[in-house]
Amino acid sequence: MSDNLETVVKTICTGFENDKTRMIDIVRELQECLGHVSDDAMDLIAEQVGTHRVEVESVVSFYAFFSKEQKGKITIRLCDDIIDRMFGFERIKQAFSDTLGISVGETTPDGLITLEVTPCIGMCDQAPAVMINDEIFTELSGDAAVEIVEQLRAGIPPERLRRRLGDGNNSNPLVSAAVSNNIRKFGEVIFAPLECGNALRKALSMSPNEVVRAVKTARLRGRGGAGFPTGMKWDFTRAAEGERKFVICNADEGEPGTFKDRVILTERPELLIEGMVIAGYAIGAQEGVIYLRGEYAYLRPFLEDTLQKARNMGMLGNDVMGHNGFNFDIRIQMGAGAYICGEETALISSCEGLRGDPKNRPPFPAQKGYLDCPTSVNNVETLCCVARIIDQGAGWFSQIGSKGSTGTKLLSIGGDIRRPGVYEVPFGMTMHDVLEMAGGTGAAAVQVGGPSGELIGPDMYDRIICYDDLATGGALMVFGPERNLLEVVEYFMDFFIEESCGYCTPCRVGNVLLKQRLVDIIHGQGEPSDLTYLEELGASVKATSRCGLGQTSPNPILSSLKNFRPLYQALVKEGQQFQPTFNIQNALSTAKDIAGRPSMHFAE
Amino acid sequence: MSEHTITFEIDGVEVRASHGQTVMVAADVAGIYIPRLCAFDGLPPYGSCRVCTVKINGRFQSACTQPVAEGIIVENETEELLEFRRNIIDMLFVEGNHFCMFCEKSGNCELQALAYRFGIAAPKYPYMFPADRNVDASHKDIFIDHNRCILCARCVRASRDLDGKNVFQFVGRGPGKRIAVNAQAKLVDTNIDVSDKAVEVCPVGAILKKHVGFTIPIGQRKYDHEPIGADIEANKQ
Repeated sequence: MSDNLETVVKTICTGFENDKTRMIDIVRELQECLGHVSDDAMDLIAEQVGTHRVEVESVVSFYAFFSKEQKGKITIRLCDDIIDRMFGFERIKQAFSDTLGISVGETTPDGLITLEVTPCIGMCDQAPAVMINDEIFTELSGDAAVEIVEQLRAGIPPERLRRRLGDGNNSNPLVSAAVSNNIRKFGEVIFAPLECGNALRKALSMSPNEVVRAVKTARLRGRGGAGFPTGMKWDFTRAAEGERKFVICNADEGEPGTFKDRVILTERPELLIEGMVIAGYAIGAQEGVIYLRGEYAYLRPFLEDTLQKARNMGMLGNDVMGHNGFNFDIRIQMGAGAYICGEETALISSCEGLRGDPKNRPPFPAQKGYLDCPTSVNNVETLCCVARIIDQGAGWFSQIGSKGSTGTKLLSIGGDIRRPGVYEVPFGMTMHDVLEMAGGTGAAAVQVGGPSGELIGPDMYDRIICYDDLATGGALMVFGPERNLLEVVEYFMDFFIEESCGYCTPCRVGNVLLKQRLVDIIHGQGEPSDLTYLEELGASVKATSRCGLGQTSPNPILSSLKNFRPLYQALVKEGQQFQPTFNIQNALSTAKDIAGRPSMHFAE
Repeated sequence: MSEHTITFEIDGVEVRASHGQTVMVAADVAGIYIPRLCAFDGLPPYGSCRVCTVKINGRFQSACTQPVAEGIIVENETEELLEFRRNIIDMLFVEGNHFCMFCEKSGNCELQALAYRFGIAAPKYPYMFPADRNVDASHKDIFIDHNRCILCARCVRASRDLDGKNVFQFVGRGPGKRIAVNAQAKLVDTNIDVSDKAVEVCPVGAILKKHVGFTIPIGQRKYDHEPIGADIEANKQ
């Protein structure tokens, strides 16, 4: 064990006060520093923070951004999303692979560069995209990939690679990202002009109960997808017993196709901070945490700076805005590549330095959440809505949108449309109008709400974006008539298999089985009864899975079977002999290898 | 029973329970068997196998983690739930490599016993035959056969909560999730002892003691005498 390693581990752990609940941060820093977290490093971390090494290994092996094996100094992560696949992922992958002389998953022999793929990084409106360490590059061409590799080899660090900076705060020196906001429609809630501090000042002149009541009167519901009434969540958290309470902002936007929170974090971080402080005031919390997905690490310095400015203005810290006795501050918790952490209890596990396993409910986070304290977890957009509700009034807010779905919704629209980007629209728009707005008339299908949502076709474009019909966290992926929808479905199933935490049986095993049979059908080896097999297995996984991931993971198959059944029916064949999904040559392959000859009885 | 008596219903039968009890514990006391694999007396509820899925007021919940409440309507032995449970048992069989005919646990295995109780002759799903599961026989008294592990976390909880050792924990995620030991390499490098509770609680043949194999012959084992759950059903008034 080298002394150097010991020193590095000690320094990092001490930086987090040897607190094992900060394990994600500790491992993240070590990974960044040394390019891996070795067996020896895990032993040292365990010793330093007073835990068992297998607990450290449990965390290291869970998150996609951590690795036990040595990685290159630079990691290039290609965004392998379905939209990226539609817009040149293979071309980019080939270009990087050829120029580097390595395949995906490998590191160059000089130890400089590792090439990997990663699910959606929230850049669907500017695909194909890659992450190079924490830096983002979008709308890449094969030539650009070659040029990037050449520059990296010439010793230029990722953050200084040549690029065109994006609009708005993307060109702020603390962000300096080649990312575009693509805000196509400014609505009156999130993207309206902002006067910093107004909402908070008004909130502090009200009682906490009045703040909660205003949010209830506005009928605000969670914007992350589940749509739980925010005021009710706050009531529970407020009523729960506990000296210490928390507000956690869920900025782990990971649903493929979603990127609206990225734009809020870039353009309206002040609004979010105000919303969080108001939430803290309403529920009696002293601490807030922004759980920022690992893919958005490039926004971190900018967000830290925004928090500091808020502290300087007295919006954070002791006696917020001069309000005696109300102390509230916010820290940023980085994620490390795990979609499941968008699930609120998994997110709490991750904040506590654990694997991103969801927790058993009850108790609910409102009663016993982060560090066993009452916790309200709210989406970025929800918290922004809160600040506007307090500033402009609950009545004003509730008049926007439709009856059961008040306010506006940010839509992240990508795929086969002329104007991909973020749209802030009032609830109640039909899909037809949405497609017209985004330049996507003629679309063959729209995936609403990401893979866990629903795939709908043109006969359903009169359906309405709202909680009671097409409920969505905001992701709309549009597919033109030339796209193979079953390929999309297969991709989504791969995504869920990759991102399942593996805690419960149905999600861990059932999704693999679903995908296997889907692939058999796609390859012409299915028969009509296989469609029933998929429906029954899918129903089982939905009903018995432990958290929202498993309870929605069969949706790509189930919703396409429901809405696009002819696609399946065209592939399955009636009356095949025996079991069509059984392939005798595959079954014999091991025996053939051992015997060193083909089968005498089953000719190839 | 404490003064806070709660009354609720399982499949139309009235059941009385105390505050804080889980549906499973209350059902056990009443002599109603809810099938299970990860749940184990004396260990904190975990809710991972999902075999104990019941329907409470119309919503699917795991009976091992759900607390009782006044007036709840619990469905247990419905055709729908029996089908879901059978599917989960099938999934566990195809996920690993379970060859009962030469497993030392046969007859004492809870997974096997559940399959018999549910009348499963062969799983309906295709076997996955994973080739990456290994055997750790490094310890002189104990071995781990990962081929048979169903990831129920009983050993994780027993080692942590009863033995105070944290010998086991999960690594990886999704289909790649595995049990790992608290050492760089093998079980022999941990402080596990054959008398640890963690060695006793495995429902399948994944953690077994050496030197005692087949001391009790096949045919004279626990589930050779009576089906799994019969002990609980004997509580029925």
